Amino acid sequence: MPDRQDRATADAPTVCRLHGSDPARLLEILQDLQQAQGWIAEPQIQEIASTLNLSRAEVHGVVSFYHDFRRSPAGRLLIKACRGEACQSMGAGDLIEGLCRKQGIAPGGTSEAGVTVEEVYCLGNCALAPAAQVQGRLYGRLDAGRLESLVESSLA
Amino acid sequence: MITLYVPCDSAACSVGADETAAAIEAAAAAEGLEVRLLRNGSRGAFWLEPLVEMESAEGRLGFGPLSAAEAPALVAALAGRGQPPRALGLVEEIPWLKAQERLTFRRMGVIRPTVLEDYEANEGLAGLRRALALTPAEICSEVLESGLRGRGGAGFPAGIKWKTVLDQPPGQKYIACNADEGDSGTFADRMVMEGDPFLLIEGMIIAGLATGADHGFVYIRSEYPQAIRTMSEAIAVLEAAGWLGPDIAGSGRGFTLEVRRGAGAYICGEESAMLNSIEGKRGTVRVKPPIPAIAGLFGRPTLINNVLTLAAVPTILARGAAFYRDFGQGRSRGTQAFQLAGNVARGGLVETAFGVSLRELIEDFGGGTATGRPFRAAQLGGPLGAYVDAAMLDLAMDYEVLAEAGAMLGHGGITVFDESVDMAEMARFAFEFCEIESCGKCTPCRLGALRGKETLEKVIAGREVAANLALVEDLGELMRDGSLCAMGGLTPMPVLSALRLFPQDFMPSTQAAAE
Repeated sequence: MPDRQDRATADAPTVCRLHGSDPARLLEILQDLQQAQGWIAEPQIQEIASTLNLSRAEVHGVVSFYHDFRRSPAGRLLIKACRGEACQSMGAGDLIEGLCRKQGIAPGGTSEAGVTVEEVYCLGNCALAPAAQVQGRLYGRLDAGRLESLVESSLA
Repeated sequence: MITLYVPCDSAACSVGADETAAAIEAAAAAEGLEVRLLRNGSRGAFWLEPLVEMESAEGRLGFGPLSAAEAPALVAALAGRGQPPRALGLVEEIPWLKAQERLTFRRMGVIRPTVLEDYEANEGLAGLRRALALTPAEICSEVLESGLRGRGGAGFPAGIKWKTVLDQPPGQKYIACNADEGDSGTFADRMVMEGDPFLLIEGMIIAGLATGADHGFVYIRSEYPQAIRTMSEAIAVLEAAGWLGPDIAGSGRGFTLEVRRGAGAYICGEESAMLNSIEGKRGTVRVKPPIPAIAGLFGRPTLINNVLTLAAVPTILARGAAFYRDFGQGRSRGTQAFQLAGNVARGGLVETAFGVSLRELIEDFGGGTATGRPFRAAQLGGPLGAYVDAAMLDLAMDYEVLAEAGAMLGHGGITVFDESVDMAEMARFAFEFCEIESCGKCTPCRLGALRGKETLEKVIAGREVAANLALVEDLGELMRDGSLCAMGGLTPMPVLSALRLFPQDFMPSTQAAAE
């Protein structure tokens, strides 16, 4: 079974108050929550709306607009693989396809082993393509072999 | 005491710089060799990373790319046993670096990024010191005279924008630095924030003095966690030293700065979507007028500039407008930081005066493709930029020259492709990227991207090719003329350039085989 945190572990109203309960700081609040918890839970959207005096629709709109905010936990290993043009020029398409096939998932999914593969668009490592972030750490000049070893050692 | 430098830049670390640094320290300890290991920014010669440098009487000697496994051999050589591996000679004599004209990037890789003494010892804060002695109008004039144009991609004269904000009625004004460098093929902003953050901050403080803005935001994309950390650290250092805060260096004038993180939306690189994001909202694009200089953040006059634009300002103030203006040609003055990316042998940051040719960049600096297979295409200026082919390599890198040739300079990114590239797939991807990243506000972009992608998929599948290609051309015109911003407006650029230059890739395989 994948090792997933299905509970919301951070306290959304507290995070809001750390930012002065300022609605203009909503992205900062959500980023802090995303980083602490790995995802944003549905009830937390209402909590944030109440604390910041915004409508639930407004908060839902912001959470759903930005790609960073997950609505469910990722697997225990999160891989953000770049599909930007520079990485494509060095085989990122095949690399990601191969990784997903090995894990038995579609891009964006989470495998039985607990590996989540997200496609992102540019990590700023364009002269050392293909690039990916594995558990938050940036890697360049990746190939299928190195990526596989990274996955194995990270899961171990 | 031997002084060694190992870059802490995230790209260098992505190929093992941290491991190399640790291995050097371990090997030195085992040797009993006294080594002072400092972390600098990257020189931007990514093909040489991890690039280890050693101080010597003649200058800094380079060794790279040096893996952790090779570190013991280097340490042994320093201890007098054997030859050092990957020796490159003096770093500043490496042709790839020596041929550049580094104004904005002259401290890159030389200094430790967040050590103020290093910065000041390398002309840091000279621009700000001069600006503090000038009137706001005088600072704006200097920037105008330098010919500096916005380096985000639009190329609008910076001085005019600065003057517009200055001329607004007094009251709360803001500086907003657009550090949402989302274009594939670009990393210059990331390098500045990670390798010379004080330079950007100095530029922003000068902007504040010039326009009457006392608070600034740096909007950094979340895909750049190290840039976020380094900028935050640099701000704290300057606050402690009295260069940020309510009273800058005893001048009586104040400027405060905060970092704001993006959240994975490419469209927030568009200035008005960025403003909405800083206001805590969805990153939708605003209708202009009013322009941000008149009504921007929270409705207040806001100066928005790209990282590279602001990073050029301290040099302009320190050395004068004429010095900067005399680089370049035509209406493209000063230097540009080109970024060689993708399938290129010697990729990285190349800063030269405008007017250098694409061929010089890709072949002389870049060394051609990384795979060694023949060059086929390059995309200039990011995902919204045109593709060029081998016949266009003699084009000069200049705003107007490229525009006339149907291409775009943009933020200076150059992504190289070899003969294996499928241009129909790249065109399809251009629509797909627009579909994913569209803010959704205007129909030509929101719907045009999706329909464009579907239509190209039909073409690729060989269905009614001629009719569908005509449809794509028509759609391209509609998106170009009807979209609210450059996301929808310029998506046709890569698509139509691919169609124009590589029509054979769009033909059904049976037809292509018969050719």
